[in-house]
Amino acid sequence: MSEDAEKQTVEIFIMGKKYEVPRGLTIMKAMEYSGYQYIRGVGCRGGFCGACATIYRLEGDYKLHTDLACQTTVQDGMYLTQLPFTPAGREGYDLEELDISNNPLLDLYPELARCVSCNTCTKTCPQDLEVMDFVNEAIRGNIKEVAELSFDCIQCGLCAARCPAEIPHHHVAQLARRIYGRYQAPDSVHLEERVEEIEAGQFDEKLNELVNLSKEDLKERYENREIEE
Amino acid sequence: MRTGKLKNNDSEQEDPYTGSMRESIRKVEATREERIESEIPLMDPEEREEVLNEYHPDYKESGMRPLKAGPNSGDEMPLELADLLEAYPAVEPSEIDLTRVDYEVDILVIGGGGAGTVASLWAVKQGIDPEDILIATKLRHGDANSMMAQGGIQAADGEKDSPAAHFLDIVGGGHYANKPNLAKALAKDAPGMLKWHENLGVMYDKNEDGSMKTLHGGGTSRKRLHSAKDYTGMELMRTIRDEARNLEIPVEEFSPAVELLTDSEGTVTGALLYNMETEQYYVVRAKSVVMATGGFGRLHIQDFPTTNHYGATADGLVMAYRAGANLLDMDSVQYHPTGAAFPEQIVGLLVTEKVRGSGAIPVNREGEAFVYNLEPRDVEAGALIRECYGRNKGVETPTGMKGVWLDTPMIDMMHGEGTFEENLAYIYRLYTRFGIDPTEDPLLVFPTLHYQNGGVEINEEGKTAVEGLFAGGEVEGGVHGKNRLMGNSLLDYNVFGKRAGISAAKRAKEVGWGEISLQHAVKYSQQLEEAGIDEDRRSPMLVPEYRGEQTLSRSIDIL
Repeated sequence: MSEDAEKQTVEIFIMGKKYEVPRGLTIMKAMEYSGYQYIRGVGCRGGFCGACATIYRLEGDYKLHTDLACQTTVQDGMYLTQLPFTPAGREGYDLEELDISNNPLLDLYPELARCVSCNTCTKTCPQDLEVMDFVNEAIRGNIKEVAELSFDCIQCGLCAARCPAEIPHHHVAQLARRIYGRYQAPDSVHLEERVEEIEAGQFDEKLNELVNLSKEDLKERYENREIEE
Repeated sequence: MRTGKLKNNDSEQEDPYTGSMRESIRKVEATREERIESEIPLMDPEEREEVLNEYHPDYKESGMRPLKAGPNSGDEMPLELADLLEAYPAVEPSEIDLTRVDYEVDILVIGGGGAGTVASLWAVKQGIDPEDILIATKLRHGDANSMMAQGGIQAADGEKDSPAAHFLDIVGGGHYANKPNLAKALAKDAPGMLKWHENLGVMYDKNEDGSMKTLHGGGTSRKRLHSAKDYTGMELMRTIRDEARNLEIPVEEFSPAVELLTDSEGTVTGALLYNMETEQYYVVRAKSVVMATGGFGRLHIQDFPTTNHYGATADGLVMAYRAGANLLDMDSVQYHPTGAAFPEQIVGLLVTEKVRGSGAIPVNREGEAFVYNLEPRDVEAGALIRECYGRNKGVETPTGMKGVWLDTPMIDMMHGEGTFEENLAYIYRLYTRFGIDPTEDPLLVFPTLHYQNGGVEINEEGKTAVEGLFAGGEVEGGVHGKNRLMGNSLLDYNVFGKRAGISAAKRAKEVGWGEISLQHAVKYSQQLEEAGIDEDRRSPMLVPEYRGEQTLSRSIDIL
């Protein structure tokens, strides 16, 4: 192990300016330690919301890395900046009126056809999704494949920011998932039947009886209720 | 198959677990087979009570104090919340010019998470023009706890299930403190909300024939938990947000409401927004106001870490309370039994109950199971705290935190290889990022501050005690009593977001714009003065303070 690795602090460069922070912090916590109070570039702090998209380079390395500030540990010699917003265009649509006979993805996002299969999107994705694969499926109109491959997308927009064809991958994927969920995934028959039963008032009597029980009676019902295996 | 890239370290991956942790894991491994075969009994009611009384943080008297002002005077509240409720307005009423109105809308929705978005969508269904709605939110649209919910949403749509069975689970889990009509609404509306989601294109986990895949959650009597992998909250939030964008409902981001506006009768007639980037304020007049600001996890009650998003700072409670709304069950805080206790980078983040629902069992340092895996959350959390601090059988991390193992490798052993990665993609990704493979090794967990069980009192129409003010989602109270069950929070923001949105729309069609003032805030400040509250105390908080001490100690304000 080098001497550096044993040091309890690391040097990072926040937008080019040097700060020394404790080893082991996430990028987000390191920025806060350094004195930044977030308004932009922070959201769930748990890897769901995509607000803290970050781009960084390590000293002595030419590569640009991308990741989430809340999910990435700082390293010595990290030059970083956050990208809290990507100006990617989103097309509005009416899900009920959408013509899905053709390829609605390509209809709404013709720029999909500009994909040069460079794979930058996939290499950029902090969720390690196969982004280029779903772009290719989108071009072919394979909505289910796009929906499934993109399911874990947190819509941080890093792919769209790096794409030489300027495709807004995350918006395309959102559209595909909704079309799949609405038109292609099988409907849940028992759900529909239950909704009809409820609307017909089938459970009202039982519910009203429970609502009016004393605490003691409720407790007894609760403690003796049947539990499904 | 996707594999975790183990990004946070170099390819020569070091074992993140320390030697003593590894030694304990060997004991967990030695008892695993036997654990899969055996059944741990549910706690009897007496033991449950004992666990709660002795070990649940809500039962610790030093963590609470009675409020000195407002409708809930005398009620016990967590200290961190009491500090914000007993505080003067962050904006000085005399410095605000209310004669220039920036927005005149039918409905102002405060909060851009699940409840606010659902309320807006249903207001449009009631015939309100999207242009006449304004969503004001502190961060971006969708930056909310709604986005983070993992495990699922409850709805009694199964053949063996019924809304009545769901109702019993809700009130039993809530220790019978729930408002019965709210619990009834929650249970009864649930299947309808899922049907709505299906029509919006939400990708629920389904079997080939379209039937819903369901699991048990803590305290459920039926398998009623519907999910979308372990990204259920994200899938719901991004879908309804997409729909709101299609309808072009206006959203002001980074512009939280900081005070409500009222007329001389005390009716809520608008709100003051604050653009956190430019520091200017906006005056909004509205016929109805929907409070949908979520909860208070970022107050770090009793110094607990939290699963909550950055903006969960109780702003809505503060504003509504100043305007005269009543708060319910604020003495009850939900600590999720299984927050990450290791590694340090992710301490407090949620390890969904779906992990236990899928068969993983909590195990102590010696490799012994000590609690049934699906007790109601407060009981399960209490049992974990007892194991670490009552029985001293926890595992200590290098930073001195204690936790117990959640034996995740059981899941693939019970249900087949690949089950974990397929159904718990978020957890798998979260841990492999930091070099831990949950299909190989157990995860160290400890309770984490998760949910505000109580909140602003509403009726079944989503109305608060204050005319013109409605509420939905985590900010409101009465639905869950003293303890919310898993899968009922996503449901809550849907059911009561919808009900609040519909009620707000009905009112907006009946009334005109009222006069706007800050007189309720001035009056409340007088009460605080009479109670001798320090004038330096201000709220709402808006964002938590996480800056390094060294920086703060030398901070000056020149610009």
